[in-house]
Amino acid sequence: MAATFMGQAQGFGLAILTQMASSEWPDKFKLRKPIEKLLYQGSKTGFQVMTKVSRQFASSGKTNGQVTRLSTSASKGLFDLSLSDEQQMIRDSLSMFAKEVIRPAAYDCDGNASIPAELLAQAQELGLIYYAVPEALGGMATEDNVTTQMLILEDLAYGDMSITAALYSAVSVANTLSRWGSADQQERYLRAFASEKPPQAALAVVEKTPLFDPYKLKTSAKLVGSDYLLNGEKALVLVGSDAELFIVAADVDGTPALFIVESGTAGLSISNGSAMGLKAASTQNLILNNVRIPATNRLPATFDYQAFLDLGSLAWCALSVGCGQAILDYVVPYVNEREAFGEPISHRQGVAFMVADMAIELDAMRLMTWRACALAEQGKNFHREAYLAKILCAEKAMKLGTDAVQLLGGHGFTKEHPVERWYRDMRCLAVMHSGLHL
Amino acid sequence: MYLENPKKFGMLVEQAHQVALNVLRPISRKYDKAEHEYPKELDMLASLLDGMNEGAPGSAGATSATGGGANTNTGEIKNGSNLSTALGVMEMCWGDVGLLLAMPRQGLGNAAIGAVANEEQLERFKGTWAAMAITEPNCGSDSAAIRTTAVKDGDDYILNGEKIYVTSGARADSVVVWATLDKNIGRAAIKSFVVKHGTAGMQVTRLEKKLGIKASDTAAITFTNCRVPAANLLGSPEVDVQKGFAGVMQTFDNTRPLVAAMAIGVAKASLDRTRELLKDNLSVNYSALPMQASFAEATLNRLEAEWEAARLLTLKAAWLADNKIPNSKEASMAKAKAGRVANEVTLKCVELCGALGYGEDELLEKWSRDSKILDIFEGTQQIQLLIVARRVLNKSSAELK
Repeated sequence: MAATFMGQAQGFGLAILTQMASSEWPDKFKLRKPIEKLLYQGSKTGFQVMTKVSRQFASSGKTNGQVTRLSTSASKGLFDLSLSDEQQMIRDSLSMFAKEVIRPAAYDCDGNASIPAELLAQAQELGLIYYAVPEALGGMATEDNVTTQMLILEDLAYGDMSITAALYSAVSVANTLSRWGSADQQERYLRAFASEKPPQAALAVVEKTPLFDPYKLKTSAKLVGSDYLLNGEKALVLVGSDAELFIVAADVDGTPALFIVESGTAGLSISNGSAMGLKAASTQNLILNNVRIPATNRLPATFDYQAFLDLGSLAWCALSVGCGQAILDYVVPYVNEREAFGEPISHRQGVAFMVADMAIELDAMRLMTWRACALAEQGKNFHREAYLAKILCAEKAMKLGTDAVQLLGGHGFTKEHPVERWYRDMRCLAVMHSGLHL
Repeated sequence: MYLENPKKFGMLVEQAHQVALNVLRPISRKYDKAEHEYPKELDMLASLLDGMNEGAPGSAGATSATGGGANTNTGEIKNGSNLSTALGVMEMCWGDVGLLLAMPRQGLGNAAIGAVANEEQLERFKGTWAAMAITEPNCGSDSAAIRTTAVKDGDDYILNGEKIYVTSGARADSVVVWATLDKNIGRAAIKSFVVKHGTAGMQVTRLEKKLGIKASDTAAITFTNCRVPAANLLGSPEVDVQKGFAGVMQTFDNTRPLVAAMAIGVAKASLDRTRELLKDNLSVNYSALPMQASFAEATLNRLEAEWEAARLLTLKAAWLADNKIPNSKEASMAKAKAGRVANEVTLKCVELCGALGYGEDELLEKWSRDSKILDIFEGTQQIQLLIVARRVLNKSSAELK
């Protein structure tokens, strides 16, 4: 089914709509079975387990040695906050998905630290991954679509930040390979992402070091003959126990580099890496103990580590904007309905001004993120803008999270309301580096 | 989606920057020291701006403090005079915010005329320099509580009351005075009147001595049985309880993003100079992440992030106005954010530069004094938060006081 319309659809927005219309997720949602615990329960109890057994990633042999890169689009040079019709359509559809499918599942996903298979299947029917894979490699992307993907993240995160991070882990790996992979790497792995059953995958950059600096990695890669030997430990790896493919950041003689590591490779294991938030994404530690991979699995020299990190930061910024909007939309009716001293608490400036500030800073976060993404999409230098967006979002996201709990008072501190979950999730903004990638 | 300065205003921004650098900066300290002295250097500049205003709309002439100007809605995305004015104001205030406020014929009164005058009045008041008189000794942000009265008498209105904080109140040709036709009706009865200097019964009683923006004169004016032609009442003389105040208030939707733009400009001046003075202590091209940067660098980068956020909120408010999308909430958001950010930025920059920043050899200390008013006039921080909160929470002014 997917294969037939993929060739015909003019734009991916239509593709998403088509897929959603033909999918059965609303029905499935009503029929949702109780959550099944994952097979990898052991990984959550402190044992180290082997990573998932990988499929065979094989090159089709069709490669002509030409790497595929998405083209950038020029702007008309007018300040413009409007969205394209296609973007608006995607927004409308995904907002609905976020509200009707993701949000109702968020509480259980957080509690169980996993996402039920039904929800994953519904999400897969959205076909988000095709957006990350160029047309030439079986996907739907015809040009760089950073802003559209940013909007997708914003809208899905309105449902739940942690679930969205999980859903976007594989998309992020595909984006990374589309943007930086060699011709052979693209042929071998991107085609798999564009298949009917795309692999689960994760980016592994963060390490458990105070004041962690992604430019000074403790995980190392040493060239031994025609192989690299990888050693070290990665933290906060999204969907780690389900991933069939990892992209691991490691230091090569003082320079950070990225390596493609298939799960099941000898010496690769995971251990429980659960954190205060991002529970649904089932964060794991990835342990590399003399992991031997072919030298060709290193991302090529044209790889730009700073841009890679920046596009990761912007993905998290987009998530925080979506979560921030969810927070604001939750807090407003609460303070309007909650009464104290005979009137709604929103009639007090002490409360109302906090809400006003939340609205102001949320819009600030959004504009900073949009601006940097728009520059990136046009192939312009966007490091400064991404850097500043990350600073602002990291600070204000947490402010939104903590103020939301504050405004709900004791109720906000309990799991009766989602604000305590958002509080835990929003803390990750300042901590995460990569893990996601636009 | 594109959030950079519009390419078509590149020339305007550059011209405004050159004016700020070559005309305003050199006399910045001089008029900070010589409070109440008329900055005569501005006359030539004002004439130049007038000429430019008459000419191409994309030129630096659009850098007045008034803005306004109508755009026709064609369904296309527009970058019009609200954006170009905001961008021009940012550059000029990078030069000197006090001097921009003192610019002849670019006062807020002109904005009020532009916003609410009818065709005949627009023609009659063309070329005038109009100051704006709203605040009274007992009424600041609560402009509905105005006590200055206007009583119809034949073809005239007779004004009585006292106005304070009138920017360029003594230097302008005329003053737009807010007065009530009936104290019992409240907001709906408030109208604005153009009163020419020299009108009998109008008297400038004093000029304020201030913390900052000293180049801009701030007058107190009394009106004692001051007779003004009825034709000088801006807009409709009818007291419409439904919308009366809206006409007067809509001036603010146009001017709040511009005050925000002033804040952006002065804060940029501080950021630029501080970055220059600290250059040996900063990493190149934002290469140090906040955790790895020095406290000074991390502070400066955080301030710059806040500043960019305020700038984008301001451009958004102006862009909405250019595209005829209601922007009352966004205008207040921009003003609130830019006002507090500019104040924090300019004060922190003094702190970062130590004695150099605090001393009068540099302009940093001056900018930190100038910035304070930008979080106060055209609606204080608290008033902006109140407006934003009412919109976000969907509350009336009776519910959320």
